[in-house]
Amino acid sequence: MSYRFFVNGDPVEVEVPGMRRLLDVLREDLALTGTKEGCGEGECGACSVLLDGAVVDSCLVPVCQVDGASVRTVEGLGSEQALNDLQAAFLETGGAQCGICTPGMLMAAEAFLATNGPSDDELIREAIAGNLCRCTGYTKIVEAIALAAAQRRAADPH
Amino acid sequence: MPIEPPVDSPRSLTDAYALLADMPGRPVAGGTDLLVQITGELGEPPARVLDIWHLDALRGITVEADALVLGALTTYTEIRRSPLVAEFLPVLGEAAATIGAAQIQNRGTIGGNAANASPAGDTLPLLLACDAALVLGSARGERIVAAGAFWPAYRRTALAPDELLLRIRFPLAPDRQVRFRKVGTRRAQAISKVVMALAWRADEGDHAPWRDVRLALGSVAATTIRATDTEAVLEGALPDERTADRAASTLAGELNPIDDVRSSADYRRAVAARVLHRLIRDEGGW
Repeated sequence: MSYRFFVNGDPVEVEVPGMRRLLDVLREDLALTGTKEGCGEGECGACSVLLDGAVVDSCLVPVCQVDGASVRTVEGLGSEQALNDLQAAFLETGGAQCGICTPGMLMAAEAFLATNGPSDDELIREAIAGNLCRCTGYTKIVEAIALAAAQRRAADPH
Repeated sequence: MPIEPPVDSPRSLTDAYALLADMPGRPVAGGTDLLVQITGELGEPPARVLDIWHLDALRGITVEADALVLGALTTYTEIRRSPLVAEFLPVLGEAAATIGAAQIQNRGTIGGNAANASPAGDTLPLLLACDAALVLGSARGERIVAAGAFWPAYRRTALAPDELLLRIRFPLAPDRQVRFRKVGTRRAQAISKVVMALAWRADEGDHAPWRDVRLALGSVAATTIRATDTEAVLEGALPDERTADRAASTLAGELNPIDDVRSSADYRRAVAARVLHRLIRDEGGW
């Protein structure tokens, strides 16, 4: 079967079995290896991407359900030359160590920031409750998200 | 790589019914259970899959004829955000917030939770405690099954191979109270060790006895169950200390859970009794 959707704004078409996981389509068929596989069963959040703006575990989404949708991956946030504000905040606070959780953390945090809601410590921790990190103890990740939230509010007060 | 069974993605309910009648396949909604099964680590994956995600007829939350009605494809995120749920059955929103985390809540559906028939399904005690009705459909027509008859045995449902779960109806009663508690290893992403829903009706005032009491529990038996002995203790009673003591000890005697990777039978029995005791104490205000 052929499925057409958007990845980071670009139209893509893949000829793959409909039950192939979005994670495998991204990594194997589209060579976008920024999205990581951790547990493969929706526990760890390493494979988090945005599907029509909502954060999902790409290991739990069959590509037949992505037909016509928009996917955003970590490759769509910024580039090595120009990190986006959230990525820069992770660097600044030391919110990454080994790095395997980082793409998923970034996507869960991006979904949270996009709500433009309040961003206290409790809400940030709930927003990344589906993402496991084995290195940082989470505190610096929470600080990074709070920093990015504050910067976005300062840039666009409303 | 996981197994990739053949899949059909019908765009209308009529097409879905025809496909199911012709060649039964395991329906997939948000995929949070099925996509774990196709890894092959939890037993035999399905030979054929029916993707129902595009059936918009199974979406939406409405109030009709004294019932809150949720389409089977309603996600936990939609439940959490619904003004109708907040107004008419806020406990359902509380329960949805305890399931997984954002990634799971954005995909997991209330219909999938019911059809997957896990004894640990977090919304299922609420369906039992609220006397919910499940509306099933096929090319042969629609029928209604009470929640109490929907899970006949471990991981079994009343669905025939050619049927889909369409929607779930929660009857509304203005004098009904419903409480929900879940005990897991952590607040997010935990499969429950014990999950409990308690419903009762009472007139206004401090000294109105409880009636139509329903106490439903998950993760303590092969299916989600009602604790009918404990319900009988609570029926006609006031939420005082003596009632709480008797109900808790009855529940501990009534439950027969198992030891497994998530918890022990002793812990489940003890914590269920303790959680019920605390619930009654909170209601009694003592």
